[in-house]
Amino acid sequence: MKHLLSTQDLSRKDALDILDTAEEMAQVGQREVKKLPALRGRTVVNLFFEDSTRTRISFEAAAKRLSADVINFSAKGSSVSKGESLKDTAQTLAAIGADAVVIRHWASGAPQRLANTDWIDARILNAGDGTHEHPTQALLDAFTMRRHWAKLAGTGSAGTDLSGMRVAIAGDVLHSRVARSNVWLLRTLGATVTLVAPPTLLPVGVDAWPCEVSYDLDATLEQGVDAMMMLRVQKERMNASFFPSAREYSRRWGFDDARLEALDRHGLKDTIIMHPGPMNRGLEISSAAADSARSTILDQVSNGVSVRMAALYLLLTGGRDDETSTSHAATEGIPA
Amino acid sequence: MTQNHLITSASLLGGAPQDILIAEGVVVALGADAAAHPAAADATVLDATGLVALPGLVDVHTHLREPGREDAETVETGTRAAALGGYTAVHAMANSSPVADTAGVVEQVHSLGQAAGWVDVRPVGAVTIGLAGERLAELGAMAESRAQVRMFSDDGICVHDPVLMRRALEYVKAFDGVIAQHAQEPRLTEGAQMNEGDVSAVLGLAGWPAVAEESIIARDVLLAQHVDSRLHVCHVSTAGSVEIIRWAKQRGIKVTAEVTPHHLLLTDELVRSYDPVYKVNPPLRTQEDVLALRQALAEGVIDVIGTDHAPHPSEHKECEWAQAAMGMTGLETALSVIQHTMVETGLMGWADVARVMSEAPAGIGRLEDQGRPIAVGEPANIVLVDPAARWKVDGAAMATKGRNTPFQGMELPGRVTATFFHGHPTVLDGALNTPRHGAGA
Repeated sequence: MKHLLSTQDLSRKDALDILDTAEEMAQVGQREVKKLPALRGRTVVNLFFEDSTRTRISFEAAAKRLSADVINFSAKGSSVSKGESLKDTAQTLAAIGADAVVIRHWASGAPQRLANTDWIDARILNAGDGTHEHPTQALLDAFTMRRHWAKLAGTGSAGTDLSGMRVAIAGDVLHSRVARSNVWLLRTLGATVTLVAPPTLLPVGVDAWPCEVSYDLDATLEQGVDAMMMLRVQKERMNASFFPSAREYSRRWGFDDARLEALDRHGLKDTIIMHPGPMNRGLEISSAAADSARSTILDQVSNGVSVRMAALYLLLTGGRDDETSTSHAATEGIPA
Repeated sequence: MTQNHLITSASLLGGAPQDILIAEGVVVALGADAAAHPAAADATVLDATGLVALPGLVDVHTHLREPGREDAETVETGTRAAALGGYTAVHAMANSSPVADTAGVVEQVHSLGQAAGWVDVRPVGAVTIGLAGERLAELGAMAESRAQVRMFSDDGICVHDPVLMRRALEYVKAFDGVIAQHAQEPRLTEGAQMNEGDVSAVLGLAGWPAVAEESIIARDVLLAQHVDSRLHVCHVSTAGSVEIIRWAKQRGIKVTAEVTPHHLLLTDELVRSYDPVYKVNPPLRTQEDVLALRQALAEGVIDVIGTDHAPHPSEHKECEWAQAAMGMTGLETALSVIQHTMVETGLMGWADVARVMSEAPAGIGRLEDQGRPIAVGEPANIVLVDPAARWKVDGAAMATKGRNTPFQGMELPGRVTATFFHGHPTVLDGALNTPRHGAGA
């Protein structure tokens, strides 16, 4: 694993490696001195072309707990806003001596461009690219689910996967990098995934994904769900006719108080409620659901630091250095 | 006095070897008559054993970028690339800066082509002023100018207003013009980045659905039927478009259609690399589309190859996918890609290649001295191809300024060894020779 660009090309072994390492990292977070010397002398750049305070501070905390030097490079108020290209920015970071670049970008595929070109020879971590992927979010979600699933089974988390777990992901799948990363990773880890959304917010081509698709949240809950993940829905989408109004969206696809009660009615006492944040309370999730005992929303945030520590640690201290499968891309797409 | 040339043992359109004698820009003798002809006495002899002779290629769809984006391409560099690719005529698209929407601009481009002397440059006039899709450009003035424009297109942008499209189709009947439509419904493709389908779903890139092309083609063939005018559909890219065009032709509608070499070979699977060299408009589609396009070309539902040669400076491709410019170079690879996808697959013979790359394109553009058969008395626009050659595509070695070839590193069959442009060899031994000057044509 040279880079962490997506969960689609993440092997089960690498995924479990990250999750198991994250368990060890989580121990560090419990200590009075929350710091390891593992990445002393290494430089990690947080390269953010899109505002995301939560993800940036999570990566920053992760890198600092591993004693790395952290540089935050925000596209706003920098040379990027003056028209500097991604290539020039990358070459600048290479010249500064960045060992790892954590990149958040509004353009799908930007992290892969950094990884595939000769602009910079650093480890690339995708911190969310456009509507493509957000692999560390999916890893922290899986980490949170795995702890829950292992606890129910009465075992420790390390080494286990999500076999048999039923996960529903509801919301704006079309524009969601979180949904994409979760679909691939949860499948790799043995869970079954159901996407729940209005048909307008599902991509053409979703039928080829390794998951179920539902337009009916109530029916999905009735069939049984072990983890219910709500995705953020932007109210502006209704202006583009993805749905008629925020209220109609909320009634049909929001996790409201009635659906919270429905979990009890269906006997789903152990079902957890997840959200990657930031939440629109009252739109895709009610306050009662977000603040209920079922909610793992804050656990997700703290687990995010552990997972990102694990990813940085494994990428920067080597682990294994097997090249991922990008070389065949040169011939793929050329029919004989 | 130009040099006479005696081409010996060339396989005419893939047939039996024959000699071809060229003098004063014209084919003066063929076969056994050639060597015996008086003009053969002082002719330069070119042994074409093993080579296929085709009429000089004609591109209906080339972006030469001049005036305005001389950093991307000039008429000089673009027509050098054309000659190397076996072309003797290209249609220069109108989306230059300023836009080719007046007699002045099309005459400038025409003159630049003559000054360069590598191929005939036939400017395409814009349909609407500034490609803005609001008011008709002075189509008649462009038609009557020295550039004698017959093809009009807002290529790059669709003439999406149905009334404007209708009027354009009607108006060009006055001078036997044709509207070449870039079929792309604008609302369905806002922000579109790639073909909408399985791959776009995974990559999280905004989709360019096939229906956005097909709905415009369906509308336009009905308009063309209604006003009985000529419609040319640029760069057809989907299997569904093929079905609509097939239907229209069966009804006798005057529609012609073009396909690019890249749409005959590449698919949207390549976009998984996020390398913008594969970003093009219309986008690369699926393998099913590729196979349907090949079949349609073989059957004549699609009439011609248009390269949509679209050079870009490297900084417009060395960036994020969404930031990158759309387009690929194509002039220097077109014939090889057609040999690879159509000839070597058994779908076409060399006579068919001559039809779709020379004869039919010249007919659409109404170029009277291009796309002619290789016969006595015909203009000597001839390309010699070595079909047995294999070569590795290297964008850096090309004559075009654009380095954005999607075939980089691929081994392709067929090599242009010589191009005769009105009897003058612009290409010899597979390399540029000299431009043709002085004829004032």
